[in-house]
Amino acid sequence: MTQLTDLTLAHARLGLRNKHFSAVELTQAYLDAMAKAKPLNAYITETPELALAQAKAADARLAKSEAGALEGLPIAIKDLFCTAGVRTTAGSKILGSFVPPYESTVSAKLKAAGAVMLGKANLDEFAMGSANITSHFGPVENPWKSKRDPQARLVPGGSSGGSAAAVAAKIALAATGTDTGGSIRQPASFCGIVGIKPTYGRCSRYGIVAFASSLDQAGPMARTVEDAALMLVAMAGHDPLDSTSAPQPVPDFAAAINRGVQGLKVGVPKEYRPDGLDPAIARLWDQGLEWLVAAGAKVVPVSLPHTSYALATYYIVAPAEASSNLARYDGVRFGLRVGGETLDDLYRKTRAEGFGTEVRRRILIGTYVLSAGYYDAYYAKAQKVRALIAKDFRQAFDQVDCLLTPTAPSAAFAIGANSDDPITMYLNDVFTVPTSLAGLPGLSLPAGLSADGLPLGLQLIGRPFDEETLFAAAQVIENAAGLFPVAGGRP
Amino acid sequence: MSLDNATVRTIANLARIEVPEADLPHLAKELSTILGWVEQLGQVNTEGVAPLASVTGELALPWRADAVTDGAYPDKILANAPEAANGFFLVPKVVE
Repeated sequence: MTQLTDLTLAHARLGLRNKHFSAVELTQAYLDAMAKAKPLNAYITETPELALAQAKAADARLAKSEAGALEGLPIAIKDLFCTAGVRTTAGSKILGSFVPPYESTVSAKLKAAGAVMLGKANLDEFAMGSANITSHFGPVENPWKSKRDPQARLVPGGSSGGSAAAVAAKIALAATGTDTGGSIRQPASFCGIVGIKPTYGRCSRYGIVAFASSLDQAGPMARTVEDAALMLVAMAGHDPLDSTSAPQPVPDFAAAINRGVQGLKVGVPKEYRPDGLDPAIARLWDQGLEWLVAAGAKVVPVSLPHTSYALATYYIVAPAEASSNLARYDGVRFGLRVGGETLDDLYRKTRAEGFGTEVRRRILIGTYVLSAGYYDAYYAKAQKVRALIAKDFRQAFDQVDCLLTPTAPSAAFAIGANSDDPITMYLNDVFTVPTSLAGLPGLSLPAGLSADGLPLGLQLIGRPFDEETLFAAAQVIENAAGLFPVAGGRP
Repeated sequence: MSLDNATVRTIANLARIEVPEADLPHLAKELSTILGWVEQLGQVNTEGVAPLASVTGELALPWRADAVTDGAYPDKILANAPEAANGFFLVPKVVE
C-alpha cells in the first residue's frame, strides 16, 4: 500500500484538494515518520503541535475552497530562517536559545501559501560546511547506504544537510535550503533529490541568518523537478526589506517544466572535466547530454577559463563577508554570553565559546584578508578574479542557453572522512562555487547511481533570472533518468 | 604567506575571539595552509579589472522615503538579551 509520505508534493496537493485525505492526516503521517527517523538527526527542533494546528487551519481553508498554493503540505525549514516564536539556531551554540521575534520573508511566504512547518532542519554551523558535520547539534546522517560498506554512516552533504536528508527520508515533503557556494545543490546530489539555487536576488534574504551576503540565496529542495518548481513559486519575489532583492516578476515555474528542450543550446564547459574526474560521473554527464540531445537540444562546447580559480576566490570572499556578518554575535543583545571582566573580555570569551572550529577558522581568515595591509593583496584581488569568473559565464551565455555539468566531484562519503584538512572538504564545492560567485541560477537533480549504489547529481546552470529553462531541461532529464527513492524506502 | 604566532594572536584579537596560547602554533599552521592555497590567485592577470562586490551589477540600490517604518517594541528586542534592565542592554562597566 502506498503510504501518504510516499506521495510527491504535487500529488499530495492534488489529494488534499480532492479530499482523498486531510492535511491533519498527512501531517500526522509525517510526524509519525519523523519519530521513527530520529537517528538521522535531520531536525534540530521539531514543532509537532504547531504543525497539527497549522494543518487543522489548512483543512478549514481547504473545506472553504480558500486554499493557498501549498495549503496543508508539510515541509521542513532550514534552521537558518528566522521563525517567529520558534527557536532558530543556525546550527550554532551561540544561537542555541535564540527565539526570533520576527519571521523571515521566505518562511512567511510559505506560511501564507498554507504550508505546514514540521520543524527546523539541521545544518552546518552558520551554513559553513559541505558535510553537515559542523553543526553544534551533531551530524546529520544520509538515509542512503553504500552497497560496498552498508554499515558506514554517510554524510548528507552540506550545509543544507538536514533539509536534504529529511526530503530523501520522506520525513518532509519538501524543504527550504540556502546556498552560498553549493549548500543546496551538493546535498541534493548526495541525497538523490532536486535542489535549486535561484538567481541571486530571486528570493529575499530578509530574516535568513547571514553568512556571506553577496552570495547567500534561498531555494527549495524537493523530490521532483515539479515539486521544486511549485516551492520556488511560493518562495520567490521582490521584498522591500532586502535591498538586493530583485524587482522581477515571478514566472510560473511549474508551467515551464513541460516546455521541452527543442532547439535549446546546452553548453559543456571543458574546464569541468579535470584529469581524475570520477569515470562514473563523467559517464553520467555524457548520458545527461544524450538525453537532452534525444529531446531536441544541441550540445555546444564552451570554455570558462577562470574556473580553476573559483574556489580560492570563494575562500577569500565568503570568509571576509562572514567575519563582518558574524561580528554581531557579541554576547550583548542576543545569544550566548560568557562573562568577562571587561566588555572586550566578554566579547572574546563569548565568541570563543559560542563558535565552533570551522566558524572560528573562517572568521580568522576573513579578518586577516580584510586587515590593513592585506586587503588589496587578498580581498580586492579576489573581487577582481570574481569579475573575470562572472565574465566567463556572460561570454558562454552569448553562445548557449544553459550549461550542464556534474554537481559534485563524488557521491556521499562517510561521516568523519575528508575532515582532517579543510581544503579537501572545500573541494566538494568545486563545480558549484563558480555559479554562486556569478550569481547565476543552478539546479541539481539526481541522474544516476555510483558503483556503490549512491545517487549522483547533474547541475544545470542558467542565465540570470532564467530558472524556467533549467526547470524545462531538468524535467527532460528526470523523465529519462527516473526518480531516486532511497533504496528500501525507509531509513 | 606563513603566519607566525604573534600574527595569529593579533588576528584573533581583531576578531575578538579568545585563543589559548597553546592553540596558536596549530592555528598558525592551518591558516597558513589556507592562505598559501588562495595565493594561487596571484597567477591571474587582473590588470584593469574592476573588483566585483555585488552581482546585482547595474541595478542601483533602491531608495525609499526617509521615514520610520518599524520599531516601538523594546520588550521584543530585549527578550533575547542575556542581561537587560529598565529597557536597556546590560554590559560590564566600560568607563571608570
